[in-house]
Amino acid sequence: MAAEGSILTFQGLTLDYTSAAGSITALSGVGFDLQKGEPLVLIGPSGCGKTSTLLLAAGLLKPTSGSVMVDGAAITRPREATALILQEYGLLPWKTVFENAALGLRIRRRARAEISERTLAALAEVGLAQFAKNYPDELSGGMRQRLALARALTLDADLLLMDEPLSALDAMLREGMQDNLLKLWHARGHAQVLVTHSVEEAAFLGRRIAVFSARPGRIQAWVDNPAMGELDFRSTAAYQDCCQELREALRKQSQYEGVSQEEALHA
Amino acid sequence: MRRLLGYIGALAAILVFWELAALLINSPALPTPVATIPLFGQYALKLAPDFAISLYRVVLAMLIGTALAMPLGLVIGRSERLNTFFAPLLYLLYPIPKIVFLPVLLILLGLGDAPKVVLIALTIFFQVLVTVRDAARTVPEAAIISIRSLGAHSFDVYRHVVVPACLPELITALRISSGTAIAILFFAEAIAGSTGLGYFIVDSWAMINYPRMFVGIIAMAVLGVLLYECFDLLERRLLRQKAH
Ligand SMILES: Nc1ncnc2c1ncn2[C@@H]1O[C@H](COP(=O)(O)OP(=O)(O)OP(=O)(O)O)[C@@H](O)[C@H]1O
Ligand SMILES: [Mg+2]
Repeated sequence: MAAEGSILTFQGLTLDYTSAAGSITALSGVGFDLQKGEPLVLIGPSGCGKTSTLLLAAGLLKPTSGSVMVDGAAITRPREATALILQEYGLLPWKTVFENAALGLRIRRRARAEISERTLAALAEVGLAQFAKNYPDELSGGMRQRLALARALTLDADLLLMDEPLSALDAMLREGMQDNLLKLWHARGHAQVLVTHSVEEAAFLGRRIAVFSARPGRIQAWVDNPAMGELDFRSTAAYQDCCQELREALRKQSQYEGVSQEEALHA
Repeated sequence: MRRLLGYIGALAAILVFWELAALLINSPALPTPVATIPLFGQYALKLAPDFAISLYRVVLAMLIGTALAMPLGLVIGRSERLNTFFAPLLYLLYPIPKIVFLPVLLILLGLGDAPKVVLIALTIFFQVLVTVRDAARTVPEAAIISIRSLGAHSFDVYRHVVVPACLPELITALRISSGTAIAILFFAEAIAGSTGLGYFIVDSWAMINYPRMFVGIIAMAVLGVLLYECFDLLERRLLRQKAH
């Protein structure tokens, strides 16, 4: 977190999807700037373009207009030090836990010894060391989530992009995993962009929170949350205030769209 | 072990049924197993080269057909443009029973291994092409996006995601087509040339040596079971890896 400067910048970004059914605008005029080591959260109704925003940041989609800069350079293809964790985790069922975690390093053609060492270290970091030889189907939902995290950790990323990483977990597990994400962020000091539908998760993990409008997605409001960062943050008044502020921002946003907040969030 | 017992049971049932049928029909064209089985020893040596050459032809043909069709199927399945181009061609060629080309192949390639291998390879080629193409089209997009985010180029995407995702379907297709492959082999060997189990069978027929003919028929059945079992074994190994 000592590092200064921007790691990720969106400028006047518009994204159209063209398919057989015609063309739709998913994002319209999105702009933000993420500092090195900063934890950012994106929240907003279903279909507002949150996943698209992450795919753009990862260099997997090209903007229709506007620009995406990562670490000072326009991004045109996936970059080594960016890690992306998708909603379904992107685990390969025919590979073992070890092979899944090692995939990024293997694609980078690293030496066998280095792959083994870094992969085992990452698995140990998320508490999966003794499951190295199992297959993903033999893991619980929370363990699969941690495996996806381990894969990202092997890359020593300075930018971690996560699409609703905890949405498949039950409430109990979810808070524990939020704690883990916070600890990892402290330990590693990477910048991160986390997409979530949960107000509580946003308040716990985001130093800044961008509230998106319904499609075409724009950033409707920013919520600042400078006091976050401690594991006991949930019991503070600042946390409650942040949750409240987020709920209001989302309510305004959905009134504007003429749908209830619940509908907008869980559609 | 249980599998082996199952086989022995099934074999016994078949033999009993055969014995009864032979006694009932009472024709020299259907000798009883009691009369046929002892002949196995007698013909084993004579049969061995024909068994070997039939096995060689069908395995070589399946290898060639798969080796040519698999990469093509993967690439067509992953490219909407190529698929639009090739799909009509496939739909026209796939349903044609390739055996009808036997006379043409015999004229062009002679009476040796070549026409038989080409004919079987042709059948396997289209079966594998269609199967692999369909499998490649349905590879989960999340798996592909996720490996591309790790910096994978096409080669790694195929190697780590597309090929392993299509492998079970490929093996199933091969297992199912192994029966067709043996049928074509029998037909081709029976019509042309003087080697292979197909020839052994029709040769015995011409000599009116029905027990000898039945020894050939059993050998061909064994060949079929052997192939089928190999693919079945492979398939279950792959599925075990995938499911657990
Ligand atoms: N491959 C695609 N082709 C066409 N349209 C797409 C495609 N992917 C997304 N869209 C459209 O773009 C819009 C934004 O999609 P995106 O997946 O980014 O939304 P999201 O905010 O992540 O939604 P959710 O919260 O449901 O995950 C959606 O309305 C969707 O219909
Ligand atoms: Mg999404």
